[in-house]
Amino acid sequence: MSDSTLYDKVWNRHKVTTLPTGQDQLFVGLHLIHEVTSPQAFGMLRERDLEVAYPELTHATVDHIVPTADQSRPYKEDAAEEMMAELEQNVRDAGIEFSDPTSGNQGIVHVIGPEQGLTQPGKTIVCGDSHTSTHGAFGALAFGIGTSQIRDVLATGTVAMEKQKVRKIEVTGELGEGVEAKDVILEIIRRLGTEGGVGYVYEYAGEAIESLGMEGRMSICNMSIEGGARAGYVNPDETTYEWLENTDYFQDNPEEFAKLKPYWESIRSDADAEYDDVVTIDGSSLEPVVTWGTTPGQGIGISDPIPSPEELPEDKQDTARRAQEHMRVEPGETMEGYEIDVAFLGSCTNARLPDLRRAAEIVEGRQVHEDVRALVVPGSQRVQKTAEEEGLKDVFEAAGFDWRNAGCSMCLGMNEDQLEGDEACASSSNRNFIGRQGSKDGRTVLMNPRMVAAAAIVGEVTDVRDLPETEVTAR
Amino acid sequence: MTDAADVEIPEVDYVSGSGIPIRGNDIDTDQIIPARFMKVVTFDGLGEFAFFDLRFDENDEPKEHPFNEQRFQDSSVMVVNSNFGCGSSREHAPQALMRWGIDAIIGESFAAIFAGNCLALGIPTVTADTETIQELQDWVDENPDGEIDVDVEAETVTYGGETIDVTVDDAQRKALVDGVWDTTALMKSNASEVRKTAQDLPYVRDDQIPDAAD
Ligand code: SF4
Repeated sequence: MSDSTLYDKVWNRHKVTTLPTGQDQLFVGLHLIHEVTSPQAFGMLRERDLEVAYPELTHATVDHIVPTADQSRPYKEDAAEEMMAELEQNVRDAGIEFSDPTSGNQGIVHVIGPEQGLTQPGKTIVCGDSHTSTHGAFGALAFGIGTSQIRDVLATGTVAMEKQKVRKIEVTGELGEGVEAKDVILEIIRRLGTEGGVGYVYEYAGEAIESLGMEGRMSICNMSIEGGARAGYVNPDETTYEWLENTDYFQDNPEEFAKLKPYWESIRSDADAEYDDVVTIDGSSLEPVVTWGTTPGQGIGISDPIPSPEELPEDKQDTARRAQEHMRVEPGETMEGYEIDVAFLGSCTNARLPDLRRAAEIVEGRQVHEDVRALVVPGSQRVQKTAEEEGLKDVFEAAGFDWRNAGCSMCLGMNEDQLEGDEACASSSNRNFIGRQGSKDGRTVLMNPRMVAAAAIVGEVTDVRDLPETEVTAR
Repeated sequence: MTDAADVEIPEVDYVSGSGIPIRGNDIDTDQIIPARFMKVVTFDGLGEFAFFDLRFDENDEPKEHPFNEQRFQDSSVMVVNSNFGCGSSREHAPQALMRWGIDAIIGESFAAIFAGNCLALGIPTVTADTETIQELQDWVDENPDGEIDVDVEAETVTYGGETIDVTVDDAQRKALVDGVWDTTALMKSNASEVRKTAQDLPYVRDDQIPDAAD
């Protein structure tokens, strides 16, 4: 059993009691809600005549269904308008703060929480969304929950959970040129499997993790769930505190920063903390990772051959065979040269400012391949605004990218941004499940944002490190 | 306000019905209910969209799938393989299955959030090893009307005159058998302890904690 880890400490501070089921009742420090998973929970509350217990610790945004092109109301699609209207009504009735599209603060829930300083170390954070694990980058305990649990949190400010084991994943060394946080997490999932984390929370540590900025840490924690882990976190450090100090919350409440810092320090895993498992990965040996299949665990280094199903563990062979058939890839080949039709730069994994900046560096002075439709969907309105001010929008548009408004977009294809037919997509998102991007015959290849930019230019999956130099025109 | 005592939570110590086999590992929630059917503000009517893309082709013509087969239309015990329900945390997935008519699921393994979502609906997710599951799936195929009894408390499944041992997660078993799976009612009754926990947290400001009016 783990002891003295951040997970243990934060858990204990938030534990209200042990329920008759053996689960612990945990206090929830921040409840984030969005339009897709919350309306049913509010409905259940009304059925039982219950009120929202902690509206001040709840925050709403709209991301999944929001159109990213024409955002005028009412939305063109009736279902989207209905969900939006329902959310507006629910938050108004309950007195919940709402980062709506007119506020300039709207965006993907896992982008706006950290942006506004709502996400803090040592908080318990829940949201009806599996990628809530993202917030663990700040040393918070952040979990995705189902709609019945959303109801619990709305009604009681608490959630019932079983304590998990803690696996420390130590990524040593320095990441090579062109290798990013996304590659680290794809590699972790490839090695440990999509179920490897079941029953665990992942603590990411080691030099390669500590030297990442907050955005990179978020990309890693974001995909913990794809590795089966219930949550993932990084111990807070100076990088974390620096980010926090510049957020709205601490700009508005500077005295809180000094007050809370000792708490943040106190919940860091102790040097002699005990873990249920420790895994070490040599970060310096990694190269950009891309997926060849239909689960995020089916990844390979860009120069590695696609495995033949027979080489894989027996229980993975069948899934691999079906995946290869769907993706139309052959074992023994690499993913380099895999033709793509769409390039999607977006999602809560990789649509923050540094992601867009890095991708823009690749795009600058180049043109999107004529057979590719490429779009950039910033993670939030703030990311969008800053990117526009920095001239990134112009760079992308000059190259032939479509520049959109903030939202989840083609990450899951719930709005009009979808793959069509059997289109293949180079995507900076986190899931390549069949049908995920809106077409059941669509093919998704996950990769880091610079690799997406490179694929958009070349028209096929390509090693961004091999792109020939261009004359970069000053902007 | 609603007290724990006001809410009847039914006990689910036993589920029985005929079976339906859903074969394949890693069936994710996007397959159980494609995202485009989630544009709804209630769960009513989700049942007909369960496994939609596996059941219908692009022209909405039915494909071969157990959920389309006449002989399984009254089935309520689903038998699945490993890592069932992985992927998105959407509760729409178990809701769609429940509304189609599924009352219990037997499988090799389940994704944790999916199993938690099932529990919140009172649907047991019980597990057994690969071979046992395959045998059961084969048996269901041959005996679509055959009764399967899932004894949550005893952790057994009985079918075709045979009783096999299965595993039910301890917390899940207790919750179902004692009728405490409705956590809202249960946790609401601890409101004052919750307030105390909140007060002890350095980041929660007093003005964010509601008065103890209830
Ligand atoms: S961007 Fe994708 S993964 Fe992230 S919250 Fe939206 S739909 Fe979910």
